[in-house]
Amino acid sequence: MTVTDGKDEVEDQFVQWREYVRRRPELRESDADELEDHLRETVDGLVALGLSRDEAFLVAVKRMGGLDDLSREFAREHSERLWKQLMFTGEPADPARRGSLYAMLVCALGAAVSIKVPELFGLSFADGAMFYPRNFGLFTLPWLAAFLVWRRRPATWVYGVLAAMFALGAVVANAYPLGDDSQSIGLVMSHLPLALWLLVGLAYVSDDLRASRRRMDFIRFTGEWFVYLVLMMLGGGVLIAFLYGIFDAIGVSADDLIENWVVPCGLVAATVVGGWLVEVKQGVIENIAPVLTRLFTPLFTVALLAYLAVIGWNGSGIDVDRDALVMFDLLLAVVLGLLLYSLSARDPQAPRGPFDVMQLALVVAALLIDALVLYTMAGRIAEYGTTPNNTTAIGQNIVLLVNLTWSAWLLFGFVRRRAGFAAIERWQTLYLPVYAVWFWTVVLVLPPVFGFR
Amino acid sequence: MKVTKDLVAASATPIVLGILAEGESYGYAILRRINELSGGELDWTEGFLYPLLHRLERLGHVEASWQAVAGERRRKYYRITPQGLAELAEQRRQWQTVVDALTQVWPLLIPQEGTA
Repeated sequence: MTVTDGKDEVEDQFVQWREYVRRRPELRESDADELEDHLRETVDGLVALGLSRDEAFLVAVKRMGGLDDLSREFAREHSERLWKQLMFTGEPADPARRGSLYAMLVCALGAAVSIKVPELFGLSFADGAMFYPRNFGLFTLPWLAAFLVWRRRPATWVYGVLAAMFALGAVVANAYPLGDDSQSIGLVMSHLPLALWLLVGLAYVSDDLRASRRRMDFIRFTGEWFVYLVLMMLGGGVLIAFLYGIFDAIGVSADDLIENWVVPCGLVAATVVGGWLVEVKQGVIENIAPVLTRLFTPLFTVALLAYLAVIGWNGSGIDVDRDALVMFDLLLAVVLGLLLYSLSARDPQAPRGPFDVMQLALVVAALLIDALVLYTMAGRIAEYGTTPNNTTAIGQNIVLLVNLTWSAWLLFGFVRRRAGFAAIERWQTLYLPVYAVWFWTVVLVLPPVFGFR
Repeated sequence: MKVTKDLVAASATPIVLGILAEGESYGYAILRRINELSGGELDWTEGFLYPLLHRLERLGHVEASWQAVAGERRRKYYRITPQGLAELAEQRRQWQTVVDALTQVWPLLIPQEGTA
């Protein structure tokens, strides 16, 4: 037997072992602690009997048995964990989790307070008109970004950039002379939240800016956050229905309370709480967005192929007005979303399957439809000239088209076994800054270019 | 000799409560104690013991506390509660009935029981 200490090696193995345990949804942090303590005791006992540390580690792990069996036993006792509704039964002894709970509460409260502050200056929801829709993202997303930055502790310059960009967003929303029924105000209202969301993304990846995996995590985060938000809004709807009902029953009208306090404060706070839920409960609902994707990819594929078949059969062109173009933009966005979320959940090592082919079909069908739309649209622009809206719609279309075309090419290579899966993932994560640049261009540059029309 | 699964399952709660009645303890030590008590015949797995401890905790028969040990490790100690002691007494009464019945039916097979 060689006399090596092997202490560090064994420590690495402990870390790895913990990683495996962490991936089990049935096993909580505290279970991992308990089992690790057990494992270490066993190792110490075996070392005392004369084994070397790494031999002892192997024997101890073997003795503990497969994690599959172990977590099945745990799952049987803790079946409630499979429902994963454990947020308020969190381990009290875990200071990190506690801290993030408080940080979340502070940020959510901040968001709720910030949306009521303008009222002190006489801007009520009723007569503030466009003020609230214009600024909506600014009441919530900076707080969510603050929460994420609090968790990530990035380099100092990141704080500066985030603060400056949010300030810039505030300037655009309020200082641009936008008429209430101009097209530009519509663009700012629809694109500023998206532009700000990518700042949240910057906050999210701020601890490791270049890592592709980190950006993919942000894509996942976005999907999960959205799912949580929708769930919370459903719950909030139920709460509000009851509030109306029970106050009505005692002859008190709760309308004012609900419209001016519960709805706005609840909504902005929910965006922060949603972010916290995704952060703290990673691995909890993280299967929902991919499951939805799996369900809807075949349906969308069939629908789009049917649409193409009908166009081919009738020989009819697509009647494109601006609304239709926006709709086709959204269609591309949905197709991209379906692609992204199935990528995000895919095991990079998994072999190619029929699902990959279906995805390719989906993307290609969407591209064909979009080519038809753009063809018709080009004529229209020549006829009527450019407006802020159709410029944005076309630009958006091009941004998505470039992404999907190259994705289709990469998927094709993947299905034909020419290229690896990682290339597709890398392409999507590399493309994220393009969206940021585009959204900020729409918000910052287009309104002045078109004279705030 | 191997003790059957059913018997292990039936005896698990009284054994664990009995060990904890001797004083507070933690998972690894409890397993060692069981091994020692049964001369190595009762070989429980971790996948059996820890969920059982968690169940007893949920039922209120034991209570747990985390204590720091060497380095960053923390260890979960279990202590029996008054309710657990009552449960132990009840289990003991039931087991006594079973053992009494068995000793009468099998007087020749387990002669040493009388003197032990």
